[in-house]
Amino acid sequence: MPAQNFKHALFCAVITLIIAYPILGLNLEAQGINVTLTGADTFTIVSVFLAAVVVFLFQLFRDNIMGSLQGALSGLSSGSQKEPMAENKRAKIESWVLTGIVVLALFWPFFVSRGAVDLATLVLIYVMLALGLNVVVGLAGLLDLGYVAFYAVGAYTFALLSQYTGISFWVSLPLGALLAALFGLVLGFPVLRLRGDYLAIVTLGFGEIIRILLNNWTSLTGGPNGIGGIPDPTLFGMEFGRRVKEEGNTSFHETFGIAYSGEHKVIFLYLIALVLAVFTALVIRRFMRMPVGRAWEALREDEIAARSLGLSRTAVKLSAFTIGAFFAGFAGTVFASKQGFISPESFVFLESAIILAIVVLGGMGSQIGVVLAAIAVTILPELAREFSEYRMLVFGAAMVLMMVWRPQGLMPMRRIHIELNKQD
Amino acid sequence: MQDLLYFFQQLINGLTIGSTYALIAIGYTMVYGIIGMINFAHGEIYMIGAYTALIAITGLATLGIAWLPLVLLVALVCAMIVSSSMGWAVERVAYRPVRGRHRLIPLISAIGMSIFLQNYVHLAQGSRNIGFPSLIQGGFTFGSEGSFQMSLSYMQITIFITTLICMTALSLFISRSRIGRACRAVSQDLGMANLLGIDTNRIISATFVIGAALAAVAGLLLGMYYGSIDPLFGFIAGLKAFTAAVLGGIGSIPGAMLGGLILGVAESMTSGYLSGEYKDVVSFGLLILILLFKPTGLLGKPEVEKI
Repeated sequence: MPAQNFKHALFCAVITLIIAYPILGLNLEAQGINVTLTGADTFTIVSVFLAAVVVFLFQLFRDNIMGSLQGALSGLSSGSQKEPMAENKRAKIESWVLTGIVVLALFWPFFVSRGAVDLATLVLIYVMLALGLNVVVGLAGLLDLGYVAFYAVGAYTFALLSQYTGISFWVSLPLGALLAALFGLVLGFPVLRLRGDYLAIVTLGFGEIIRILLNNWTSLTGGPNGIGGIPDPTLFGMEFGRRVKEEGNTSFHETFGIAYSGEHKVIFLYLIALVLAVFTALVIRRFMRMPVGRAWEALREDEIAARSLGLSRTAVKLSAFTIGAFFAGFAGTVFASKQGFISPESFVFLESAIILAIVVLGGMGSQIGVVLAAIAVTILPELAREFSEYRMLVFGAAMVLMMVWRPQGLMPMRRIHIELNKQD
Repeated sequence: MQDLLYFFQQLINGLTIGSTYALIAIGYTMVYGIIGMINFAHGEIYMIGAYTALIAITGLATLGIAWLPLVLLVALVCAMIVSSSMGWAVERVAYRPVRGRHRLIPLISAIGMSIFLQNYVHLAQGSRNIGFPSLIQGGFTFGSEGSFQMSLSYMQITIFITTLICMTALSLFISRSRIGRACRAVSQDLGMANLLGIDTNRIISATFVIGAALAAVAGLLLGMYYGSIDPLFGFIAGLKAFTAAVLGGIGSIPGAMLGGLILGVAESMTSGYLSGEYKDVVSFGLLILILLFKPTGLLGKPEVEKI
């Protein structure tokens, strides 16, 4: 019906103008106490009108466009149809490729600049966080919007312990992770009987409460000023500074008789993060194949059916929640050590949203997808620095578009299954 | 006497904030009542309403129009139109395509929309907070000179009256009008309403539009009351309003009003008697406690899960 299409298209175009013009076309500027209104530059205004025209045309010829798009897509997918590879052959290739990548990652930092290694460490921290959240959101299907709270617990555990008791990184690493897991257990116990979306809001509230407490408990955490002077990790009692800070320690460059270089520390931190990230991935991979991992997925797919088969809802969900929190604590400790300084600023809701976006973009439940998404999400804004302010805008839009078009993510999870040999 | 005045002051402040929370909470509760999803981007719609109102007020001031009722009316209408359009567009773009899928998918889509809208305004209007002119000044004071004086400003009275008018209009609309009746039918049983010839898509759009319009009213009122706005202020307000909706029983419109008022008073009592820094902790703590012990809220109906 062209007439109806025309009316609808006109309506959509007008709506586009209404939502875009006042916010984009008229800028408020504060000058002292007074606020003045200035029109935006011609480019913005022209683009707003262009957008309206595009919306109008798209809605007008919507049926034709969608029809031809569908045709093109189906043509594309039928062309690239091929015999699916046998599962065990595929797994073998995959494990070889992964081992190769890890070996490459081990030697890579010795040949590149310090900044690149630093960034890679950050990427690995996000990989750990995303893998941990993947257990909670992707495998167990519990939407946790306060994941950053456990990250904060790990980071603050290390910072406070090193400040008050002088405990080293290596002692603090398991302690921070265990404490984060304990927080997960304590929070999870009451809230896990809530339904999905309520659970999301409660965890969000919990995350905010932790952040507000960190911000206001000035006597312990230093409040908004944060905690500084967090020590670097040591290698069997060898420090990476120019001078040894603690009695009994030696310094790395003196022991090996090489010239002091600031890069040693950065590379060492990178290697620690790499080992921990690989450890995280392997442990979670094991869990996925254990009964508890199967139970997570069963409960996610159909809670009533899973419970009627005798799975304990609380125990299964709690295990996912606790394991996720544990690895967030891990990541938090590494983060604190890398930055040398932490404050509540680093643990805002937006951080939770970014980690969630990584999991969603990579494909909920899929480990490789999540790792690739973590790399992309952390590195892309660094590469395109001039567009960095659009980063969150793009994130938001990407989350919506993924949910609409491809809710299973870019690299969806494959079910682990064993194929019987075909009988000849 | 002084303690009593102090108490009443906190009560008035709480009811003022609470009634605006109630206005925002209507949007959450109506959407949840009909399609069972948390419209996470609702707080951003409210923020956009506040920005539009400020743009309209500043625009009129530049044109030299200063007659207060006209300025307020124009600002209100502009804010309501832009917010409603935004609400409609958000539903159309981000929620309708994912309707009926697993519960988490619309929620993640809504979070993405919320981040998108926050940054949309942030990029267009800057991240700094902007002063909102307090157009309505003055008020009554009670209590003797030299000691604590309780004040009731005209602004607060305006907020009460506007909220009251909006709530009454909404109640009448829901109970009397054709669309209102359709809304109630759809919230009871979407599939059945569809079978009986109600255009459910239109009704769901209407719900978003009504919620967004009320949020815009709250945006104008709270913007004037607080005296400044920034692109992030919708997030916390949205969370508070959601708490209010849950407190009153999500899906119930009178519940949202009651929940808003209770939450507002609880918050202002906390900042009056304990410390302003912990008022967010109290409202989030309240939210967690209600969800744990009485997930249906004060006036909500229990939800039966069918197999």
